[in-house]
Amino acid sequence: MERPLTQNIKSDGSTTLLPDYLKTGGYQGLRKAIREYTPAEIQQWVKDSGLRGRGGAGFPTGMKWSFVPMNMPQTKYLVVNGDEMEPGTFKDRWLMEGDPHQLIEGAVIAAYAIQAGTAYVFLRGEYHLAAERMRAAIAEAYENHYLGENILGSDFSLELHLHSSAGRYICGEETALLNSLEGKRATPRSKPPFPQVAGLWGKPTIVNNVETLCNIPHIIHHGVEWYRCLGLTDAGTKIYGVSGRVRRPGAWELPLGTTAREIIAEQAGGMKEGYRLRGFLPGGASTDFLLPEHLDVPMDYASVGKAGSRLGTGTMIILDDKTCPVRMVLNLERFFAQESCGWCTPCRDGLPWVAKLLEDLVKGRGRQEDLAILERMCSFLGPGNTFCALAPGAMEPLQSALKHFRADFENYLPEPIHG
Amino acid sequence: MKRSISFSQAEIDEIREMAAHYPDKSAASIETLKLVQKYHRWVSDEALVAAADLLDMSPAELDGVATFYNLIYRRPVGRQVVHCCNSVSCWMLGAEETLETISAKLGIGLGETTADGEYTLLPIVCLGACDKAPVLMINDQTYFNVDRDRLNELLESREEI
Repeated sequence: MERPLTQNIKSDGSTTLLPDYLKTGGYQGLRKAIREYTPAEIQQWVKDSGLRGRGGAGFPTGMKWSFVPMNMPQTKYLVVNGDEMEPGTFKDRWLMEGDPHQLIEGAVIAAYAIQAGTAYVFLRGEYHLAAERMRAAIAEAYENHYLGENILGSDFSLELHLHSSAGRYICGEETALLNSLEGKRATPRSKPPFPQVAGLWGKPTIVNNVETLCNIPHIIHHGVEWYRCLGLTDAGTKIYGVSGRVRRPGAWELPLGTTAREIIAEQAGGMKEGYRLRGFLPGGASTDFLLPEHLDVPMDYASVGKAGSRLGTGTMIILDDKTCPVRMVLNLERFFAQESCGWCTPCRDGLPWVAKLLEDLVKGRGRQEDLAILERMCSFLGPGNTFCALAPGAMEPLQSALKHFRADFENYLPEPIHG
Repeated sequence: MKRSISFSQAEIDEIREMAAHYPDKSAASIETLKLVQKYHRWVSDEALVAAADLLDMSPAELDGVATFYNLIYRRPVGRQVVHCCNSVSCWMLGAEETLETISAKLGIGLGETTADGEYTLLPIVCLGACDKAPVLMINDQTYFNVDRDRLNELLESREEI
């Protein structure tokens, strides 16, 4: 099984320096892209590859790039979204710490494809080791002409800067990230216009997730056909992860479309002694719960969608039979309430209300009508009522928990309905 | 706002170097505030006014930024800021117990600083190491699988530093 994204990542936690990166074909994709193909051709390659965004939303990467107006000379930006803050997600940290040049190469090719002259790696403030290693790798890349003026002797030049943030979940939302990068409070922007047309300082901007960009060098180096064949039901590989009460929590690069069963039972070693699987959030905190009956669902964009959830970041959080789903949802909603940027009313006022209702419930102060209120909140805070996806995402674990674990909620009511 | 303080030439140079990465120097606001913390641990009103001046921002605008981000401290903190993750995977694997232990050991609750000015205890959201839960971060260092035993070990070893 091929694991292009993690082939250089060592189990001892050390990083990959330039000489080792070059040994496994490093910067060959960039060399090929910049010397043999036009930006339009690279965009087409990525479109044909079927690569979809790995940050959570799953938007086709090549299509995103194609929205950048290419017909007039103007400043454009590429932004690497390294603000990994989705609870339960720990894949981009691994990629940045373990093989920083792979991300740099992906960013340079992406910048070439949209003809951006400046790129920023927007890194969450807590990732100190990733920052240190990215800085060192960026310096190595400049010294060896993979960055800077006339990259590899071509006409293409790119300045790449590391921008270290100071911790807010909302920064992962691409328009909030742009405001944050401009030095402002990270509130999302109204769309349209989309960042591809008017983004950073009003200029055309592409924001791509770390893992997404790490795929690019391999697509160009080995070709579209090779890349498409890596996956089972969708193109490429995916970094899947599992946390919670399993024997071997961790992250693994596997073919896209690997089943949840393979990931949980084989890779993660199954549940810990004495615990049973009750459900799982397939792709981070803001995805709907799936149940043991969904274990054979291939973890790809369409199949997880059909099962009633989202692939999200592909890093699962396991709900075991000794953890209360209501308390778990309370923990999640407290997170979302705290991390709401406060920009729109449903999110700013609705999420603390949801958290309060759940808190009252687990303290035995719930009222019969509270469950109906919680259900109504799932649509009030659902898609279409807010500037960004934070509140709708926050409702996904709640609405699915209310559906799948109804009795657990009802058992907290002072006079249980099923008494 | 109170009167401003002055930065050293080295600090000013560092801020200017960061600001040069952007077409608009206010984009360096977060990095500047973090630099202030590197030298002064927290961002006082005086430091905020001085930083705003260097970035061509109004103090109110920069305070809006400072108060938005989790890792910018607008109140004094100890030499070691202990951030305990309270997000879902850590919560499931005993983060509350870790927090209780650390709180009892240091004799402070969340948001408080020990009398000797050594430790401040703060909550933090997911640190992106959920396979090694519970996780906590002390200043720039992240610690994994921090159960009760590991915590005692950790605090004792750090005290010797």
